[in-house]
Amino acid sequence: MKAPLSWLKDFCDIDCSASELEAKLFSCGFEVEETVYFAKNIEKIVTCKILSIDKHPNADKLSVTMVDAGQYGKRQIITAAKNIFLGAVVPVALDGATLFNGDKIYNGELRGLPSFGMFCSGEELGINDDWYEGASVNGILILDQNFPLGVEVKELLELEDVIFDINVTANRPDCQSILGLAREVSAILGKPFKAPDLSFDFSKNVSTKGTIKVNNHATDLCYRYMSKLVKDVKIEKSPTWLRRRLFSMGVRSINNIVDITNYVLLEIGQPMHAFDLNFLKGNEINVRRANENEKIVTLDEKEFTLTNKNLVIADAESPVALAGVMGGLNSGINQDTKDIVFESATFARDNIRKTSRSLGQRSDSSSRYEKGIDPYTAKIGLYRALHLISKLNAGKIAFDEYDLLEKPIENKIINTKLSKVNEVLGIDIPKETVENILNRLFFNVKINGDNMEIIVPPYREDVESYPDIAEEIIREYGYDHITPTLLKTSKITNGGKNNEQQFNDNLKDLLVGFGFNEIITYSFVSEKEYQLFGIEKNAPEHKFIKILNPLGEDLSVMRTTLIPSITRIVGANLNRKNNEGRLFEIAKVYYTEQDQLTKLPVEKTNLSIALFGENEDFFTTKGVVEGVLSTFVFGANIEYIPCDLNFMHPTRSAFVKVDGEILGYIGQLSPIVLEKLGIDKPIYIGEIYLDILKNKLRDKIVYAPVSKFPIVERDLAILVDKDLPCAKIENCIKRNAGGNLTELKLFDVYQGEQVDKNKKSMAFNLIFVSNERTLSVEEIDQAVNNVLTALENDLNAKLR
Amino acid sequence: MQEQFNNVKQSAIIDLENVSSMREINDLKVKYVGKSGLVTSLLRTMKDIAPEMRSTFGKMVNDLKEEVLSLFAQKETLLKEKELKERFEREKIDVTLPGKSQTIGSLHPLNIVKNKILNAFCGMGFEIFEGPEIDTDYYCFQALNIPKDHPARDMQDTFYFTENILLRPHTSPGQVRTMENKKPPIKILSPGKVYRADDDASHSPMFHQIEGLVVDKGVSLCDLKGLLDEFVKIMFDDDTKTRFRPSFFPFTEPSVEVDVTCCKCHGKGCSLCKGTGWIEILGAGIVNKNVLEMSGIDSNEYSGLAFGLGVERITMIKYGISDIRTLFENNVKFLKQFNRR
Repeated sequence: MKAPLSWLKDFCDIDCSASELEAKLFSCGFEVEETVYFAKNIEKIVTCKILSIDKHPNADKLSVTMVDAGQYGKRQIITAAKNIFLGAVVPVALDGATLFNGDKIYNGELRGLPSFGMFCSGEELGINDDWYEGASVNGILILDQNFPLGVEVKELLELEDVIFDINVTANRPDCQSILGLAREVSAILGKPFKAPDLSFDFSKNVSTKGTIKVNNHATDLCYRYMSKLVKDVKIEKSPTWLRRRLFSMGVRSINNIVDITNYVLLEIGQPMHAFDLNFLKGNEINVRRANENEKIVTLDEKEFTLTNKNLVIADAESPVALAGVMGGLNSGINQDTKDIVFESATFARDNIRKTSRSLGQRSDSSSRYEKGIDPYTAKIGLYRALHLISKLNAGKIAFDEYDLLEKPIENKIINTKLSKVNEVLGIDIPKETVENILNRLFFNVKINGDNMEIIVPPYREDVESYPDIAEEIIREYGYDHITPTLLKTSKITNGGKNNEQQFNDNLKDLLVGFGFNEIITYSFVSEKEYQLFGIEKNAPEHKFIKILNPLGEDLSVMRTTLIPSITRIVGANLNRKNNEGRLFEIAKVYYTEQDQLTKLPVEKTNLSIALFGENEDFFTTKGVVEGVLSTFVFGANIEYIPCDLNFMHPTRSAFVKVDGEILGYIGQLSPIVLEKLGIDKPIYIGEIYLDILKNKLRDKIVYAPVSKFPIVERDLAILVDKDLPCAKIENCIKRNAGGNLTELKLFDVYQGEQVDKNKKSMAFNLIFVSNERTLSVEEIDQAVNNVLTALENDLNAKLR
Repeated sequence: MQEQFNNVKQSAIIDLENVSSMREINDLKVKYVGKSGLVTSLLRTMKDIAPEMRSTFGKMVNDLKEEVLSLFAQKETLLKEKELKERFEREKIDVTLPGKSQTIGSLHPLNIVKNKILNAFCGMGFEIFEGPEIDTDYYCFQALNIPKDHPARDMQDTFYFTENILLRPHTSPGQVRTMENKKPPIKILSPGKVYRADDDASHSPMFHQIEGLVVDKGVSLCDLKGLLDEFVKIMFDDDTKTRFRPSFFPFTEPSVEVDVTCCKCHGKGCSLCKGTGWIEILGAGIVNKNVLEMSGIDSNEYSGLAFGLGVERITMIKYGISDIRTLFENNVKFLKQFNRR
């Protein structure tokens, strides 16, 4: 909300500097986002009178003038201006002057002749016709013939002002106006508030009720509807003071009537509308819901088709305004308007908001209504407008008016206790201070012992209960009075992270130890990723949900897998010549079984890892997963089985199964996918379903005694078919070696000249030990023989 | 006989002089004190010795053996020293050559900061509650005193799946879900991802918040101040101060913005704090009575305080990161800078 200091001063004596006021507003909850010192830049631009005009001897388009600049003497000014004339009083920028936009002006030479300054246009002074008649012309600003010479123009034109742009929080719609902000300023400074003049002259011969009929057919959407007739209106330009006020708020002057409605909107915060009585068919105003498919063309010549959810103001036949949003083109004020009907109304903010959103039509009026306007202000607004009509002598005001008020405006009374207020704040504020602050804010307060009875000003719809009162008091009293305490009345609680939260931390620590950098990527991806990664429509990963209003297609689908995201990050890193790395992310994925979402989707937590660079391969990736599994599900039955996911390398990937349940998958990304992504280096990835892993956590460490007896080692090198998976051999050895086999390790795989080309040699190291006794050579031999027999029988494996 | 003894000894000394390795010493040991060594074989001449002289002779042989062994031992020591010296020389390395690196990973800076915040409050008795990221209109708005079509909804542009199901625009639903399921005293933090339709140098459509909530008897603004004072000291420096100023959130009343003294200039004014000496870090307040009541907590008996902070904002302040998008690019060169503990 913009607020010129000069306008605020209409309602309150402000004796502090603009920057002091800014600081005080800030500490009371009104952050000044920008302070514009209007025309402060302008310097050394003074009035002068043109004494002579001659053609420049060296240039057709230039003139040589002599001017009288009062105390700055007579001087020669060279100009290209066409609109100057002998005896004209104009602004001249002297040597070292500053224009409105900050540009500096110095004496100079133009085509061989010196110029001791430069004439200025209205634009160079930052103004247009609304500030000073003639300021909009394309040429030099011609000033009042009677202005003294050699005087700073910004003083003569009263240009200087300070304009605050104040951030008004959503709970204070009453401060979306000069009046509302002025009330706050008067409370902050402790200065008396000067209420706006609402008086006006009316004509006994003019009657609103005798001329038109006003009916409210939608009392649930319109709480108050006031209207007043003004006859014999003279449509003309507004006086300078009014136009200047509008100018300082960035509003263009139209004519006196439109300007008055805009003025009241800015000053009082009440949207106003003026209908041309001539266009109100049947001399009727009906506040009603629109009929289905009823049409209206608004002032800006846009046509809208309405529904019965839209509120309109209609005459006997059709809508003449989209209530609270914009007037109709068919009923607006024009040069020939004779009689007008003012509207000052209170509409339901939800309805205005919905209409404005659904039609895509906004206005200063609708944005005020959306924030909320109280019925009390409707009357202030109307009477202020009538006061201005009267002051401008712009028409004859009716003696009577319509005031269709659904519920009488009652004082809101809060009965509470001083101790309650102090309890919220945690400090004791003296009764007198409380009284003083509340009175300054126009709350009528009676304190009797601990009991408080507070009458809330009618425009403060945000204040409902003692916490609101506490806030009013502390923001004026000052938050620096709040002294820190540490929950002195509270019970001690036992905080900390639960097991699941600690698991996530532990997993991350482990991965960091393995050299992984954690990444964080967006939860939403492009739907195209699913095609790119070959995730088919019937795959569970394809059960994603879509955002209705995404920022773009790229961010429109809630991901069901973390792999596309981490792959993209690897790709970006490779592009940046980061040729190696290990990345991980722990994040949620989102699934639904529903076609039409009616209940919350399932959120699961996954881990994704990606490894890239010369030193990485399937087995470094698998090693990481093995490290994770041995840490968290020690002793579980873990299997790696072929993986058939479309985006994985068909012969270099595996599902990881723990105790028979698929926990995730690892391996090399399919070269087909990488080619589509423009990545020419292999990437190894893994995705682990942490919700499943969490269910399998071994949360207790059970100590296994370390055997005191000697260990016996045997190495076996066997010859097997080259496609026989290692896991099968290992399982066979484990099943047949007896209970004393404590470790089994593959230490060599050989394929080459020494063996048949369909075979491979695999060498295992077996370690036997017993917790009870020293094992005999015979026992070990027996165990090894059993193993060899089984290997031969089951897997056609022979000892080399 | 004495001469014979001396000859053996002299011969051993001479032999030893030419010895240059442990193996040769071992050979000499065999030559002199082995089963058929020179010293040992002296004993075999015992049968030629007069019986009364035999004990003296035996002692002399033993003495000679001791003497020879001691000579060997001396030489052994010298040799070992020499051999060790040679070995060390052989094994000499350039210790200034680079080490074989063990790559150490890192947590994402946002999570480093998040953990620091969580740990600070866990130490003050807070538990952690993580709610769903996709939530209902009720939990995200209505239960937080933001009815449908309330202007406060304009404060955040929300992503919707249906009219009623949406991506939470703040972690505040965590408050409601906790209060519905837990009786006071309540002290929780609700961290997590939140989403708003905003994308520029200081806004990301996905970002991280941490919501804090305390509900108990007599909780006041002073307690809020006390808690946050402790927190900012842990998070920033010991001399960090907080400042409250009035604000508005539908779910708290009174509501405050909390500023801290700038961690870069310590309040003197610099580019980070735009010369004010203060940096806005979070919003907070006393839990709105309506919010307590809607979640089934008697507002006559209990009161609450709540605060919500942006992890990105604090991370950017702490590490001097100026563009929020840097945090989501995940450039390895960026991430690796955070492996220092």
